[in-house]
Amino acid sequence: MGADTMTHKGSPSGGGAMVMMALWGLLAILAITMGAKAVDTPFAIHMFIFALAAILALIFKARSFGKPAEDTSGYMDNVVRYGAIATVFWGVVGFLVGLVIALQLAYPAWNPDLEWFNFGRLRPLHTSAVVFAFGGNALLCTSFYVVQRTNRTRLALGNLAWFVFWGYQLFIVLAATGYLLGVTEGREYAEPEWYVDLWLTAVWVAYFLVFFGTLLKRKESHIYVANWFYLSFIVTIAMLHIVNNLSIPVSFFGSKSYSLFSGVQDALTQWWYGHNAVGFFLTAGFLGMMYFFIPKRANRPVYSYRLSIVHFWSLIFLYIWAGPHHLHYTALPDWAQTLGMVFSIMLWMPSWGGMINGLMTLSGAWDKLRTDPVLRMMVISVAFYGMSTFEGPMMSIKAVNSLSHYTDWTIGHVHSGALGWVGMISMGCMYHLIPRLWGKKEVYSLRLVSWHVWLATLGIVVYASAMWVSGIMQGLMWREYDANGFLAYSFVETVEAMHPYYVIRAFGGALFLVGGLIMVYNLYRTIKGAQPVTQPVGMVSAAA
Amino acid sequence: MEHYTFLRQLADSWGLVVMFLFFVGVIIFVFRPGSKAEYAEVAKIPLQNGSED
Repeated sequence: MGADTMTHKGSPSGGGAMVMMALWGLLAILAITMGAKAVDTPFAIHMFIFALAAILALIFKARSFGKPAEDTSGYMDNVVRYGAIATVFWGVVGFLVGLVIALQLAYPAWNPDLEWFNFGRLRPLHTSAVVFAFGGNALLCTSFYVVQRTNRTRLALGNLAWFVFWGYQLFIVLAATGYLLGVTEGREYAEPEWYVDLWLTAVWVAYFLVFFGTLLKRKESHIYVANWFYLSFIVTIAMLHIVNNLSIPVSFFGSKSYSLFSGVQDALTQWWYGHNAVGFFLTAGFLGMMYFFIPKRANRPVYSYRLSIVHFWSLIFLYIWAGPHHLHYTALPDWAQTLGMVFSIMLWMPSWGGMINGLMTLSGAWDKLRTDPVLRMMVISVAFYGMSTFEGPMMSIKAVNSLSHYTDWTIGHVHSGALGWVGMISMGCMYHLIPRLWGKKEVYSLRLVSWHVWLATLGIVVYASAMWVSGIMQGLMWREYDANGFLAYSFVETVEAMHPYYVIRAFGGALFLVGGLIMVYNLYRTIKGAQPVTQPVGMVSAAA
Repeated sequence: MEHYTFLRQLADSWGLVVMFLFFVGVIIFVFRPGSKAEYAEVAKIPLQNGSED
């Protein structure tokens, strides 16, 4: 590095970098101090990870001195590239853990004699890996991509987007290691403990600032509908995360905390969070993807822009009330259960409105389904969205729920939504995005995409239908009485009856995982392969 | 408990009316005269030049 680059011009934010380094240093010292005073081992390990991350950030910042300032004229796409790789990586990790726990359920011998790897600890690892690591990274990277393209401006606030990306990966590592070590709040989809929750809050506020700041400096007067969905996802998740995780740590040097709420209030808070994690994390954000990438891929504007606005407002007005349907026939007041059920049924309309809007975008271009497996994947995902948003309201009806609740039917429902809708739309977007981000014309092999589409679809169908049969059988066996009013079956008899379906489920999951591995190979070859296009997307001027 | 009672009464009276009217307002707004042409224009945003390749 020549001396001429070591000028103020070379690193214009030298003072800012010093402040950042001081902050990272202080965070590292704080983490080491807290780790030294830790009252339990997992907390000490987590503080060590925190300190390591802070030191790495400090070193990275220090090494940036003297380097020429980054070109900030075009779009900020490097963070999107990192996000795309993280999405694919965490995706297959999550699918793999899912297959392992499916086998653990089918064959108990798969539970080793080590507490870290039994079903109870691997299950939250699976759910968080697919929802937050895979889905979360897909949302991060596509939202950063879409907000720049639709507003024709670079991401706001400089390198804060990098803090969001790496901070979020740190959250994932802390959550995942915590589950294996037995650190958990025991709250569905919100298991990480208080200090990890605080870290995620900081990352999420930064995410909001980057996204909202980018909207503020937009060069397009109208804010395209995809951004509305992304923004509602970011804002609502912030609110849900903070309220659901209000808790008091037993010690500031320990990994255990207790919720501020108790009893049924606690249960309702948790499921208000839990269902809106489905509604705003797994639905609204991914609808943002649908509204950008399906029109883009089909090269046609969305079927009805008017419908998309009605879809947005009705979806966010209704979803927030649906949580109580998770607590049918519990201590929750009856009126609240009925309220949750009614709002869930009303959700049929915006959900199907959105599905129709996505599917009809292809009207006049249906032939593309035959030639473009990436578009086929996206369309199948929207079809699964329609199917699972039909099934969900039906299961929220109290009479249906009395049969389906606590059975495998629920698991099947979640997976048709998560694998079918969330998984397929995310992977479809990756197939579209990754070639463009790396300046290639198209993915390495469309044939392999086609294999992936059909393996994944078959896997989901096998999975969901096995769980329908298993779940309904389970529910019917639980409620069967003999002539004397005794239960006809003991619990373990229902478990035994479910064994074949558990094996079939694991097979469906394996098909889905194989599809995911094919995707990894295909995208690796895409990035490495030599199919250069005139210029990579990052070079396109934002003012163009 | 007063907080609960207050919020409960607000939720099923004025709160409900305000939210319902807001929602009806949104519906009327999207069907305002001239919206069709405007929406046809903005729906093309993802397809515009410079957004990629």
